[in-house]
Amino acid sequence: MLGLNKKDTTLFWIVAAMSLLAPFILNPFPEGSSLAQMFNAGYPDLMQRFVIFGILVIGFNILFGLTGYLSFGHAAFLGIGSYSAVWMFKLVGMNVIPAILLAMIVSGVFALLIGYVSLRRSGIYFSILTLAIAQMCYNLAYSVLGNPASSYNLTNGETGLQLSLDDARIFGESVTADGALPVTNFFGLAMRSSYKMDVGGWLFTFNAGYYFSAIIMLISFYVSIRIFRSPFGMMLRAVKSNQQRMNYTGLNTRPYILAAFVISGIYAGLAGGLLSSMDPLAGAERMHWTASGEIVIMAILGGVGTLVGPVIGAGFNEYFKNILSKINDSVLHDWLAFMPDGIENLMVGFLHYFVGKGWHLTLGIMFMLVIIFLPGGLVEGGQRIAKKFGRKKKSDETSTTPAE
Amino acid sequence: MGILEVKNVGKRFGGLQALSNVELSVKENTCHAIIGPNGAGKSTLLNCFVGKLMPDTGSVMFDGQSVLGRTPYEINQMGISRVFQTPEIFGDLNVLENMMIPIFAKRDGAFRMHAFENMLDERDVVEKAEHMLEEMGMADARNDHAASMSRGNKRRLEIAMCLSQDPRLLLLDEPTAGMARADTNNTIDLLKQIKEERDITIAIIEHDMHVVFSLADRITVLAQGTPLVEDDPENIKGHPKVREAYLGETQAV
Ligand SMILES: Nc1ncnc2c1ncn2[C@@H]1O[C@H](COP(=O)(O)OP(=O)(O)O)[C@@H](O)[C@H]1O
Ligand SMILES: [Mg+2]
Repeated sequence: MLGLNKKDTTLFWIVAAMSLLAPFILNPFPEGSSLAQMFNAGYPDLMQRFVIFGILVIGFNILFGLTGYLSFGHAAFLGIGSYSAVWMFKLVGMNVIPAILLAMIVSGVFALLIGYVSLRRSGIYFSILTLAIAQMCYNLAYSVLGNPASSYNLTNGETGLQLSLDDARIFGESVTADGALPVTNFFGLAMRSSYKMDVGGWLFTFNAGYYFSAIIMLISFYVSIRIFRSPFGMMLRAVKSNQQRMNYTGLNTRPYILAAFVISGIYAGLAGGLLSSMDPLAGAERMHWTASGEIVIMAILGGVGTLVGPVIGAGFNEYFKNILSKINDSVLHDWLAFMPDGIENLMVGFLHYFVGKGWHLTLGIMFMLVIIFLPGGLVEGGQRIAKKFGRKKKSDETSTTPAE
Repeated sequence: MGILEVKNVGKRFGGLQALSNVELSVKENTCHAIIGPNGAGKSTLLNCFVGKLMPDTGSVMFDGQSVLGRTPYEINQMGISRVFQTPEIFGDLNVLENMMIPIFAKRDGAFRMHAFENMLDERDVVEKAEHMLEEMGMADARNDHAASMSRGNKRRLEIAMCLSQDPRLLLLDEPTAGMARADTNNTIDLLKQIKEERDITIAIIEHDMHVVFSLADRITVLAQGTPLVEDDPENIKGHPKVREAYLGETQAV
């Protein structure tokens, strides 16, 4: 289909089916049950994050997975995309398409500049350069360019850039008829509008913003498969494998790596633009170095250099972050009620550090376990399980498979 | 005029004069060997041909054009391919992909953004790569992971990759160093075959006398960074200066 081989086509349709049916898949428990409160993930803002971070990591994987260049500053492009989109909403109008296009263009330009500078070095020095530059962007956004009193207030600093009633919005209304802020929309279809379906005890929510983001994620996924399977993708894998051989084979490696860097920057900008399209508010914390680190973690969790790894890694990370942060002491007491009181209190006191605000700790441990036992990420885990059950490898999409 | 003309090349590393007054002329369609004891400056000289090192003095002309100041990929695009002392291949890629990359490089130049072209539509490149593998007797290894091959086969693949670009000059730096006897003989046979079947100029650095005398049409002996003699193989064998500087040493080894 559309230039994909059979295996990749199957993979694409599996991902497509999962994303389009996500409102069902992610809501396996009946509404109102305690399991639903804890484990259901079928609400719009969480589902949106699944696919938007999927886009981000798919793009990151084109750089890191193929060339091996580990950018530690990719959140900068996410932030740049977010700010660009909000500016579009403030100045031009609430349609998400121009906002997303601007987000991609601006982040692409920044990626070209930042990539040009940081690709003078490789390995750890490249990572440090990207980290430093991204942290510079964060500081610029947080303070220098965000001073509400100055006339160059691009980011609105600590508060974050948001819509206001006196924005220009030349191709739209500054204020709606009833005096509220207009909402982001796709040619009239409001991103926040949802259709709710009640089936027995279950409640499924189909949100316009989610489906819009999911379709863009599928397009991004398709583009990334094409890149992986193209001669250009093979050159990028060659960069990772042996740059010396490339140079002595008549290939200039620098523009290849720069192109991969810019493509992944544009993906990140697109993700940022989508985040703002779902909720038109952009803050500097999106560019913080911990956000960059999270991108790396999601990529490694899923499986670096594989096609679906990024989607799985992003989904896994967001899902567990959500669940773990919802578990508080009273939930723990509920769960451990069967234990004798003393032990129960002790256990709750101990587990307290791993859930709620302590979710980082648990995700960190999971990350360590994956790295130690599944160096190829969750995709490798899936492949091992598939092999154990004697099935033919269904979604085997590691980059080492031959190109056809 | 040779296809490669080296005039008065000198190179200093700190206090060490690694090369001085090197004159060398490699004639088209010959195999020219550069021999000399360890540390004589053979690799240094070769690195001056391919853009890895910039000599302090002198000139290196390939087919009438200077190669000095150009990058390795530009020099490759001029028609010089290089085989390394330890095989340099794309270990993470499979054998067929290894073969395709130099063919793409030759066809598309140093950079091309073919991100949306499908490998399935690159029939001519795939076919050329497969043909080359067949010629080298490696067709069965097509889908093998390149890093998992034996050293002899890696060398063979590297040579095949260089040849697929139809270079005018093939440079080899001790292609049999560290190889088992069988692999060495295979490599000699392969190089002999290449020499006979192709219009190609070969410049080879070699320590192994057996290899040198089976291949070379012309030999330059390098000692302490300067050419000692340049002559035909039969004259080199008996040359007293050469014995003194070099052959005596290897016989002792
Ligand atoms: N990059 C370098 N920096 C400093 N000294 C070097 C460098 N490369 C080679 N040399 C020195 O130059 C001399 C010639 O080395 P080389 O060309 O590798 O010899 P050969 O290949 O003939 O054995 C040696 O003494 C070596 O230590
Ligand atoms: Mg040497």
